[in-house]
Amino acid sequence: MGLTLDFLALSPYVGELARGLVTTVVLTVVTTLSGLMLAIVVAYLRVHAATWVRRILGGYVELTRNTPFIVQLFFIFFGLPALGIKIDAITAAFLAMTLNLAAYTAEILRAGIEATGRGQLEAARTLGMSKFQSYRHVVLVPAFARIYPALTSQCIIVMLGSAVVSQISVFDLTYAANFIQSRNFRSFEAYLLVTLVYLLLAVGMRQLFLLVGRRLFAFRQGGQA
Amino acid sequence: MTLVCVKDLHKSFGDLEVLKGVDLDVAPGEVVAIIGRSGSGKSTLLRCLNQLEQHDGGNIEIAGQRLDAEAMAPSELSRNVGMVFQSFNLFPHKTVGENVMLAPVVVRGVNKQEASRVAREVLDKVGMLEKFDAYPAQLSGGQQQRVAIARALAMKPKVLLCDEVTSALDPELVGEVLLVLEALAEEGMTLILVTHEMKFAHDVADRVVFMHHGRIHEQGDPKTLFNHPRTPELRQFISAVR
Repeated sequence: MGLTLDFLALSPYVGELARGLVTTVVLTVVTTLSGLMLAIVVAYLRVHAATWVRRILGGYVELTRNTPFIVQLFFIFFGLPALGIKIDAITAAFLAMTLNLAAYTAEILRAGIEATGRGQLEAARTLGMSKFQSYRHVVLVPAFARIYPALTSQCIIVMLGSAVVSQISVFDLTYAANFIQSRNFRSFEAYLLVTLVYLLLAVGMRQLFLLVGRRLFAFRQGGQA
Repeated sequence: MTLVCVKDLHKSFGDLEVLKGVDLDVAPGEVVAIIGRSGSGKSTLLRCLNQLEQHDGGNIEIAGQRLDAEAMAPSELSRNVGMVFQSFNLFPHKTVGENVMLAPVVVRGVNKQEASRVAREVLDKVGMLEKFDAYPAQLSGGQQQRVAIARALAMKPKVLLCDEVTSALDPELVGEVLLVLEALAEEGMTLILVTHEMKFAHDVADRVVFMHHGRIHEQGDPKTLFNHPRTPELRQFISAVR
């Protein structure tokens, strides 16, 4: 065993690591927000829209949940140009991650929505609310409260899964590690460091979600749901 | 003049005919208590009045507006009819104040200030003003039901439907809710209540309606009805609940 660790060999590449970290964080934050918004729309339309819309959305959700993320990413980045749709790597990454998170979240959210008590919907209706008003003001927040732990995990999975975008030359954290070890051949140190950064990101995200959830769903602390 | 006019109302669930031709007129300001065994169709009648169930035959007219087989937009119906449920159905993620303000703001487009003023007014009426910022989970059942009544009143309905509003409450909490309803009745609110509280029906209602097998079997002013029931079915029902 002749392995000697030399983390100082990474020091010339602090700039690359920082750039990769920023890209990963920005990708995660933006796609979490856009993915959630899209999921809220999809979950509503999957119940209330015309049949053909429901079918299309059902197809999208199933296709996304039953194919590998890297294939979805490659399809958007390498496949779509054949149809004349050319997008740059970072846009393709945003798009693929958003569509991926939205499909999973729409499915998780559906379970939360279906658990809404009939009485809640009847109360909303007798108060004069339309289906959309009742979804937005009555159904959505308690549904999110119910699925929040699963949602947290899903967002973390998407953050970790974002490592794949390095394959289409997006300069994220994993790309930085690849880049560094190709220059200084210190793959052990490079990947160990990046592993730790991902771990910290995941733990940090979980804490952040916990904190936000406690504020957002304060109504639950009174006792029964 | 009648506020609610029901003619030959029919409603079936599959093969089961629950309402077999109900006629009922309610005058403005009248308090009508509907009693009867479970399964007699009294809750279904109430739910047809606000289109939570669609009737199969007959007519319903409320404040001159006819409810057809085609469902009316909920916002339209809510101008006339309010409802209080057995299980309160407050929105758990909204405070007491928000529960009451939500529909006026969202459905009627009332501005927040005005909605808040109305909310305080109706919450004061049911004695729940000091809980304006509490969440439903922090309240007792009786308190939740009083908030639910305030929430319905904030939409200024012409008639308030109450579906066994005390049945889910612990016995010691029933009184506070009935007191609120009694005060509303005295103010001239039109109330149609499905209830198991015979004493309340006797003391507060202008008219008691006894339903049996999907029809109105007997009705009249409470004193006569309870003291001199004409039909054996009502006699049996009264002796069973006393």
